[in-house]
Amino acid sequence: MKKVSLYKTFVYIVFSLLSITVLVPLVWVILASLKQNHEFYGNPWTLPEGIYVQNYIEAFKTAEMGEYMLSSAVVTALALIILLVVALPASYCLSRFSFFGNGVLNTLFMAGLFINVNYIVVPIFLMLRDGDNILRQLFGNGFLLNNLFVLALVYASTALPFTIYLLSSYFATLPYDFEEAAYIDGAGYFEAMVKIMLPLAKPSIITVVLFNFLSFWNEYIISMTLLSKAGGTRTLPVGLMNLMQGQQAKAQYGIMYAGLVLVMLPTLILYILVQKKLTEGMTVGGVKG
Amino acid sequence: MNAVKRKNLFVFLCVAPAVVLFFIFMLYPTFSVFRMSFFERGAYSNKEAYVAFENFKVLLNDTRFIRAAQNTIFLIVTVTVITMSLSLIFAYFLTRDRIFGGNFFRVVFYIPNILSVVVIAGVFSAIYDADNGLLNSFLSLFGKKITVLWKGEETVIFSLIIALVWQAVGYYMVMYMASMSAVPKSMYESASLDGASRLYEFFKITLPLIWTNLRTTLTFFIISTINMAFLFVRAMTSGGPNGASDVVLSFMYNQKDDGLYGYSMAAGVLIFLFSFLLSFAVNRLTKRKVLQF
Repeated sequence: MKKVSLYKTFVYIVFSLLSITVLVPLVWVILASLKQNHEFYGNPWTLPEGIYVQNYIEAFKTAEMGEYMLSSAVVTALALIILLVVALPASYCLSRFSFFGNGVLNTLFMAGLFINVNYIVVPIFLMLRDGDNILRQLFGNGFLLNNLFVLALVYASTALPFTIYLLSSYFATLPYDFEEAAYIDGAGYFEAMVKIMLPLAKPSIITVVLFNFLSFWNEYIISMTLLSKAGGTRTLPVGLMNLMQGQQAKAQYGIMYAGLVLVMLPTLILYILVQKKLTEGMTVGGVKG
Repeated sequence: MNAVKRKNLFVFLCVAPAVVLFFIFMLYPTFSVFRMSFFERGAYSNKEAYVAFENFKVLLNDTRFIRAAQNTIFLIVTVTVITMSLSLIFAYFLTRDRIFGGNFFRVVFYIPNILSVVVIAGVFSAIYDADNGLLNSFLSLFGKKITVLWKGEETVIFSLIIALVWQAVGYYMVMYMASMSAVPKSMYESASLDGASRLYEFFKITLPLIWTNLRTTLTFFIISTINMAFLFVRAMTSGGPNGASDVVLSFMYNQKDDGLYGYSMAAGVLIFLFSFLLSFAVNRLTKRKVLQF
């Protein structure tokens, strides 16, 4: 008996220490975003002297984090919409209809799981730049780079393999009786899909939306490469990175930490609301980008 | 229009957009990576000259690339070993016994996984700051003032490892917890009746029974460490100081910034093939008979 409780105490101590290493830096960052600049020279463990909201106002105005936040929201929302509109019908057909080329397409999308965007970001950039050059010759104006919609399209496309994999495996588990009943009642293929099957797939759709929301909102390599025009808009993580690099020169710690909190907070709130769904959904999909 | 044609039209309309997007933004760029590695491309024009294996030859004699490759391999090995051991042990603790507050720990450990890498880089720059960073000022509590340069040439790679492990442990822990909870309690009960220790139980029951899951995650580890290392390096250190924290993908990205596209893609091809071969080899080496339970 005594041995067991000793073991348990040890486990608690280890886990508590680890929770501290996760939570303390995050709480510290939130507190730091409320500090004035002079408070950053000296002991880092002091509490803020007061609540200095000015950091957030500055981040929104001079560092344009407000505008970047809007860009991020637009890109994330657009990418999610495109992804669902494209991936849902495709996964439905790939898992429930047999047609010429079905096997090949399934294999291709599976292979796509192993292609990470970081490998192909340079060719995507060059392809869009070449496209812009052609457009410029034809119309005098290129619009593929520095375009939020194109960025959203790239996000959605690169998320396709994972999303189709997850949705297809869910659709494959549903019984065929539902559609057959619908066909007998005179529903067409499209109607049966939209009215019967998509509502049934809701749990997996939620998982897909959650994971892709996090990955689109947090992504910065593609965004940094495709939105590169000087003075043009950025997404939030890239804006934060510029702030972090500028901070070394200008020493505006408070504003930087305010920016950091702005990037972090939406994902944290979402996580607190749906953490159970997220960690459950993970075991269904089980693929990391 | 007859029934078969209607069905085919429906399937075509459903599948075509996904296929088109997938070809344009994934398959064609992947193909481009390989093709471009054999060409020299102008920095601002799209004129290309075929150079065969020249890019690869130069690459293998480039000391910066070699350093980046060494760093990548070092990170894959260390991060995999540390993250895997920690997350396995934690998952075992949390599933084996009813731990009061177990759910709380699971929720907290998973938090780093939902944060943007840029945010994590910002958090760790506050931790690692040499003058009044959290780590140095914490260590200074135990005696004399400590001013370790955590992002110095010798330490930077270890600082990266800590950040990478910090980010990944919760994710894999949750994953292992799911497969461990499928192990029947009766196994543990009969083992403890036979007088098996916890350690014995862990190695002889838990690990063999979740072996399939372990193998899959090994592939994840290889692929994701290559990627995450790039994301962390780009946001935290930009490969510095002096290339001490460069990894192959960040090397690739820097060459692209310099307009050396063919050269950059040659590095991409090498790391792509490397990750593929390594995953394949690991998968073969860890093959065991699947245990039924």
